[in-house]
Amino acid sequence: MDASEPKVPLVEMRGIRKSFPGVTACDGVDLRLGRGEVLALLGENGAGKSTLMNVLAGLYRPDEGEIRIGGKPVEIRSPRDSAAHGVGMVHQNFMLVDTMTVAENVVLGMAGLPLVPDMAEVKRSVLELAEKYGLRVDPDAYVWQLSVGEQQRVEILKQLYRKAEILVLDEPTAVLTPQESEELNVVVQRMKAEGKSAVFITHKMEEVMTFSDRVMVLRKGKVVVEKVTSETSPRDLAKLMVGREVLFRVEKKSFEPGAVILELKDVRALDDRGLPALRDLSLKVRAGEILGIAGVAGNGQRELSEVITGLRPVSSGGISINCVETTNKTPLEIIRSGVSHIPQDRIAVGAVGDMSVASNLAMKGYRDAPISRGVLLLPRRILDLARRMIESFRIATPSPETRVKFLSGGNIQKTILAREIESCRSLLVAVYPSRGLDIGATEAVRKELVAQRDAGMAVLLVSEDIEELLSVADTVLVLYEGRAMGTFPSAEADPEELGLLMAGVERKETVS
Amino acid sequence: MMDLITSILTITLRAGTSLVYATIGETYTERAGILNLGLEGIMLMGAVSSFAVVYYSGSLALALLTAVAVGGLLSLIHAFLTVTMRANQVVSGLAITLFGTGFASFLGQRLGPASNGRYLVGLTGPRFAPVDPGALGRIPVLGAFLNQDLLTYGIYLLIPLAWFYLYRTRNGLWLRAVGENPRTADAMGVPVFRAKYIYTVLGGMLTALGGAHLSLAYTPGWSENITGGRGWIVIALVIFSMWNPARAITGALIFGGINAVQFRLQASGTNIPAGFLNMLPYIATIVVLVAITWWETLSKRIGAPASLGTSYMREDK
Repeated sequence: MDASEPKVPLVEMRGIRKSFPGVTACDGVDLRLGRGEVLALLGENGAGKSTLMNVLAGLYRPDEGEIRIGGKPVEIRSPRDSAAHGVGMVHQNFMLVDTMTVAENVVLGMAGLPLVPDMAEVKRSVLELAEKYGLRVDPDAYVWQLSVGEQQRVEILKQLYRKAEILVLDEPTAVLTPQESEELNVVVQRMKAEGKSAVFITHKMEEVMTFSDRVMVLRKGKVVVEKVTSETSPRDLAKLMVGREVLFRVEKKSFEPGAVILELKDVRALDDRGLPALRDLSLKVRAGEILGIAGVAGNGQRELSEVITGLRPVSSGGISINCVETTNKTPLEIIRSGVSHIPQDRIAVGAVGDMSVASNLAMKGYRDAPISRGVLLLPRRILDLARRMIESFRIATPSPETRVKFLSGGNIQKTILAREIESCRSLLVAVYPSRGLDIGATEAVRKELVAQRDAGMAVLLVSEDIEELLSVADTVLVLYEGRAMGTFPSAEADPEELGLLMAGVERKETVS
Repeated sequence: MMDLITSILTITLRAGTSLVYATIGETYTERAGILNLGLEGIMLMGAVSSFAVVYYSGSLALALLTAVAVGGLLSLIHAFLTVTMRANQVVSGLAITLFGTGFASFLGQRLGPASNGRYLVGLTGPRFAPVDPGALGRIPVLGAFLNQDLLTYGIYLLIPLAWFYLYRTRNGLWLRAVGENPRTADAMGVPVFRAKYIYTVLGGMLTALGGAHLSLAYTPGWSENITGGRGWIVIALVIFSMWNPARAITGALIFGGINAVQFRLQASGTNIPAGFLNMLPYIATIVVLVAITWWETLSKRIGAPASLGTSYMREDK
């Protein structure tokens, strides 16, 4: 294959080394990218994929190493330099200004923009590009009004508008429906046909197979292997990525649901902007059942978890837990009724970054024995408890007194998981519990969820990973714009159909 | 009646001019994500330095230049502390106000001529007098706009210019992005640090010009606390104007207007105690601030630049 062994690579990174306090993110990485080639960068969290690409995009300065573009050594000191060499990066957390329009975002920071830009002209060109690549979006819309999928289109349009020759996509499909991912692939293939190149960061094997020509696997800041995609398989790659065999399926006991633990009846609630987020949503979760909530992020998942845990008012309808009405009760009352919550936002809601691991672990049980007596906390007992939990949940932390924010994402999540599972009495609400975690940590989280189910708890699992839902959940409910689009036993659910429902397309029977 | 309106409007504009300069200055600073609570100190320093210069040199232009330089320098300290050293913006701003207030007072007691015991208080010097628009000045309402000094004429230009720059130019786009989301601005190639410095310094310069208007035109001469807390009022006016330079005029008019009405009432010999009348503009500020915040919360509009008050560093996680 010609593209895999280019004579003069378009981009060449040699011996890139970059450390942050305490970690070496990239440890002498070499990367070559040919013209018209799509390279997949595969690796677990913390493997150094994003860091490597942030170096290319000018956001990080490497400690060592050389970058050549078109065969010439270049110095990239800032995102501006990087853009001047034709590099355009679509970041994992989109780089868009919410309060500005699509057109304004497209030209923001662009070199060579006149002092008084002709915005009408910009809009015309944006529309033209959007037409050409099939990236429909209204140039006058404000970014905050757009869905996540639309925001990504803006990100890509922005790079196309800037005539980026080298497009870097950092986990672009994490927030997309399967259909949107397919559309993205179409755009990438079209760009490739035009001679542009792309680097594609991911930890999903299937995407490596469909998107890329060549794949490079990173582990702990080093290149493990570089292969032509067609000469490898998902199983091989997973093994290379983690460094051992990976179980794709989770072992669980047969499904024997018990009494209804959580019940929602015609629940309505508003989102932060005061718009309807949940519309007459009804659902039931029984003891020993994992109910998976499928849907694209932003369709009411966060609001759903918040009304159940008392963090958001219900405007109409009712919620009961263990047959006791809990509608609009306070979070404390709901916690007391045996509910645990693994929130979407780990740092803002789930943990206090500046407090120690031990304090975070004690944050729910602090009112009660054995770690407090009256108004006094018993620090030694808190430490004992923390040590026990750190061991049983294998939280990798230097000590129980380390501040949580210094832990990796996976270990922060394990800390929250440990606290919530320890205090769970009847219902566990887990929102994107494996989001952003690597395969190892994801496996651990999924096992814990299943263990809770097997122990007779009801589990509500919100996820955007269809595979996760199908392997972990017993029942799947598709949420679209705050409505239940359908509920299926996961054994009978068809991923294709779930994808369509997630995109708001009614069930096949009604369409045809 | 028309005469009364015209005369109140005249005083209103005169009283509001210094506020407009400072409000637009602070709007720009805050749009870059920097909160500068040093305004009061910078205004006082602008007032005292420009008066001292005009007293000795007789040159109004030189006096304005001095105010601009002093304001620029003080806000450069703020920019250095908060952008480069990443100090807390509130603490740095308050320190500048404390310093500016004290130092202006000190200069007011040391820069004067020996004949006046080195005091600047009680002296007169050249001032920006209202221009004479001739017959045009007698037209009701319009006359109020024309019967003003050159610095007030300056705001007629400054307001539309500041608005156009912010909303229609490339640099304005950058500025809005920097305050809203510095990480994105940086990733898109906007020189974030340079912008933060430039607009903090520019804001300080405009604020000091506002101060100079007080000592060169509004109440010519130097007196202790000549600003009467206007630096603080401006912080509220920026919120009131929702960080939009075009609306800076409304806040200034309301505050200046109440000031004007209060003067009229005092002059007319009303029974209302003077202390209470003096209080009015400040009460109005609090009321307006509460009302606008309430309104913003109700309408779910949060106007503040999202990164206001925080520091940014590229490689921070």
